[in-house]
Amino acid sequence: MKFTKFLIVGILFGIVMAKSQALSWYRIQEMFRFQSFHMYGIIGTAVVLGIIGTALIKKFKSKDYQGNEIHFVPKEKGFWRYIIGGTLFGIGWAMSGACPGPMVVNIGYGFVSFFVVVFFAIFGTFLYGVLQNKLPH
Amino acid sequence: MLDFIMQPWPWWFSGIIISAVMFLMLFFGKSFGFSSNLRTICTIVGAGKRVKFFDFDWKTQSWNLVFLVGAIIGGYIANQFLNDGSAFLLADSTTKDLAELGFSKAEAIQPPELFSWDAIFTLKGFLMLAFGGFFVGFGSRYAGGCTSGHAISGISNLQIPSLIAVVGFFIGGLLMTHFIFPLIF
Repeated sequence: MKFTKFLIVGILFGIVMAKSQALSWYRIQEMFRFQSFHMYGIIGTAVVLGIIGTALIKKFKSKDYQGNEIHFVPKEKGFWRYIIGGTLFGIGWAMSGACPGPMVVNIGYGFVSFFVVVFFAIFGTFLYGVLQNKLPH
Repeated sequence: MLDFIMQPWPWWFSGIIISAVMFLMLFFGKSFGFSSNLRTICTIVGAGKRVKFFDFDWKTQSWNLVFLVGAIIGGYIANQFLNDGSAFLLADSTTKDLAELGFSKAEAIQPPELFSWDAIFTLKGFLMLAFGGFFVGFGSRYAGGCTSGHAISGISNLQIPSLIAVVGFFIGGLLMTHFIFPLIF
């Protein structure tokens, strides 16, 4: 029971990734070629509502379902890890046409070839863990 | 109403639902960030024995793995039960640009040139998916998050690091699309 709610929100996430077509390699190409508003509209709407909602949660000290105040963990300060890591991520995003969420949604959708993408994403994560102390952050 | 759900969803509706997903996770006492699951999976298969980065109690992340399982099920449901078979419409300019790289006109949500069985079993096709996945996995952990953790959650919380990461996402995506694709296709 404890986990059912996360399963349901996950299902909603999978459905919206598929129905918005954000899982499509083509849509990511439209975005990186600035030839369609679609992806910008999706992310922009989510971000605008996110900013407003997050500000309201903080202002009213809203509580979660267990009555604990919702808190936001600030991201660690830094520059290099975000710009270099982000750039590498973007290279992969354009190649595979999928960020981590849509990758697994693609598998559920029926694109079995995304097992290859996910396997190497896990391997990439592993290699980051191995090299972490040698990389500029 | 049912027609609306069965058709491809417009950007504004999709954006509203994504922010709802983020707020539901906050309401359930967690945060919306998908790529940390990749780290958790490394830990489950034993990477923590050798590499400190993976040495943590993965059970504390079970909720996010359950979310991942839900995402897979959601993809299945969307294709099997919420699909009215609408034609996939790609911007004409994108169709034209991709044709120059050798892609046929889009007929489904994914290009067969990259994701069909035929494509995976060519060296180029395999490497494209393998390197794509690799950079997403490496880059998301290096940057400490992906589209959900940085672009959505982080920017919603006005985090400068997340803004820098998203600038990086675009630098990488634009480099690959405009400079490297013409070389490899």
